[in-house]
Amino acid sequence: MYYRKYRVIIPFLLPALILYSVFVLYPYARAFYISLTSWRGTSANMPFVGMDNYRKLLDETRFLDALTRNGQLLIILPLFTIGLALLFASLFTQGGKGQGVFGASFYRITFFFPQVISAVIVGILFTYVYSPNNGLLNGLLRAVGLDSLTRAWLGNAHTILWAIAAVAVWSSVGFYMVIFIASMQSIPTTFYEAAVLDGAGRWRQFKDITLPLMWETIRTSLIYIAISALDMFTLVQVMTGGGSSGASRKAEVASVYMYSEAFTKSRWGNASAVGVILLILTLILSVVIMRVTRRETYEF
Amino acid sequence: MSANTIPTAQLNRDPIDAGGSSQGRLENVTSRSTGDRVLAVFTQALLLFWALLVIFPFVWMVFTSFKTNSEILFSPWDLPASPHWVNFSNAWNNAHIGRYVLNSFIVIAMSLTGTLLVSAMAAYVIARFEFPGNRVVFYVFMAGLMFPVFLGLVPLYFLMGDLGIKDTYHGLALVYIAYSLPFTIFFLVGFFKTLPGEVAEAAIVDGASQYQIFFQIMLPMAKPGLIAMGIFNFLGHWNQYLLPLVLMQDEGKRVLSQGLGMLAIQQGYQNDYGALFAAMTITMVPTLIVYIIFQKRLESGLTAGALKG
Repeated sequence: MYYRKYRVIIPFLLPALILYSVFVLYPYARAFYISLTSWRGTSANMPFVGMDNYRKLLDETRFLDALTRNGQLLIILPLFTIGLALLFASLFTQGGKGQGVFGASFYRITFFFPQVISAVIVGILFTYVYSPNNGLLNGLLRAVGLDSLTRAWLGNAHTILWAIAAVAVWSSVGFYMVIFIASMQSIPTTFYEAAVLDGAGRWRQFKDITLPLMWETIRTSLIYIAISALDMFTLVQVMTGGGSSGASRKAEVASVYMYSEAFTKSRWGNASAVGVILLILTLILSVVIMRVTRRETYEF
Repeated sequence: MSANTIPTAQLNRDPIDAGGSSQGRLENVTSRSTGDRVLAVFTQALLLFWALLVIFPFVWMVFTSFKTNSEILFSPWDLPASPHWVNFSNAWNNAHIGRYVLNSFIVIAMSLTGTLLVSAMAAYVIARFEFPGNRVVFYVFMAGLMFPVFLGLVPLYFLMGDLGIKDTYHGLALVYIAYSLPFTIFFLVGFFKTLPGEVAEAAIVDGASQYQIFFQIMLPMAKPGLIAMGIFNFLGHWNQYLLPLVLMQDEGKRVLSQGLGMLAIQQGYQNDYGALFAAMTITMVPTLIVYIIFQKRLESGLTAGALKG
């Protein structure tokens, strides 16, 4: 019996393990080693330089600026995405009474849609929405008489990062809304009925019932959004035209910096060091979020 | 703010002793109905606003793809005077979108089949067999959900060159499969665990081999889970940008999102905006169709990880 069991386990597990080891685990492990060398990719020898790449990175303003932008996104993206998603989700569920909002499924399908569309399309589309002369946004502002607010959103060093962040929020709000709706609907309606008997208003119900009972979902979402704030590659790359001059440079994030270090400058050691730093930041961030948001969880 | 200062008593509070007199309840009911109406109006206004915010750019994109260049530049808000179909043939032929669509389908045909088969086999074993290291294998795969793709990008680029599969369809497909394994296995392990074991046990009594049990009994039973993951991964592979950007540098083999990204950059000197918008519309259509047909399953697939995580 034992022998026969392993005749299934091994061949069934092996393809997945091989592919995963070769294309995922091995490159991850090797990145640590490359980050300790000054390899330029042309020769077989990889001069070992220890922590040099890391030391230089911590002195390089362009990298630190890029990382600072990731930090700004780390605050803005969760705040707006989760805020809006929570607002929409609670409008949909209306204090757990279970009665649907008019047109609920239409709104749900619509809000979720940007999430399934390629970030490349979204990026290109909004490049034209933000376009200074014939873009939709400036056109709308002129139409309602707010001409003074019009600007070259992606050509202005002060607005470019926020314009891109707004697109990131726009495309992911629906996704988190759907998650939050599912989480809210799993809360028993009797809790809300009891709260109404107690004279609790909507805000009290939200604050004291909904929020604590869906806390686990919010934590997980926070980590998801934090990880995406450390990435942002596609949107930034597409919306800055892959360029790193003028205002475009003002939206460069760590992943875009890493890409250009690797694939335009062939500074592979340096690029790998950026990859390692991003991994460490991801792990630290997840732990910090888990710790800071720890509350008592409720079984229901 | 310390995490432990949040009051926890609200949930256990007895509803009867907390000011729930019948008078208070009556007042509540009457005030609630006007409150309800105000809230309903506010709700509709807000939801409608966001819906327009989502729909409008896409509708504008589709209309723009039917306009001439000068219409796009000088009257961005107007409808096209007459549908400028030539944008689509320009995009399909001159901008090579037809080629990129074909490339995407070639890669996805391989990567999607591979992802589902390889993940289902591994997930089945992890979910339904006891063996030493079972948990370890599962967590090693799960670790892949946490690691940023960027970490492995440089070694992956050279590895593909060393293996001689850089700039090949099957090479890119293998990488797609490998990076899809963690989430697909995670989802399918949960799915296989919920399937009843009686049918398989009966089949063993009847002398079926383990392979027959897997392919003829378990896989068909897991069909809803496989469909959910099929849709999820189809969209993921269709929209993939970073991996082909790095691993498919041969121009003739570019896949769709990548080719579209390149096209957008080239617009700076070619100035055929109509073709660009037509290309975007062409890229969006398969996603839109898949989304509308499978919307329910897709939602459950996409959100499963976040809910269970």
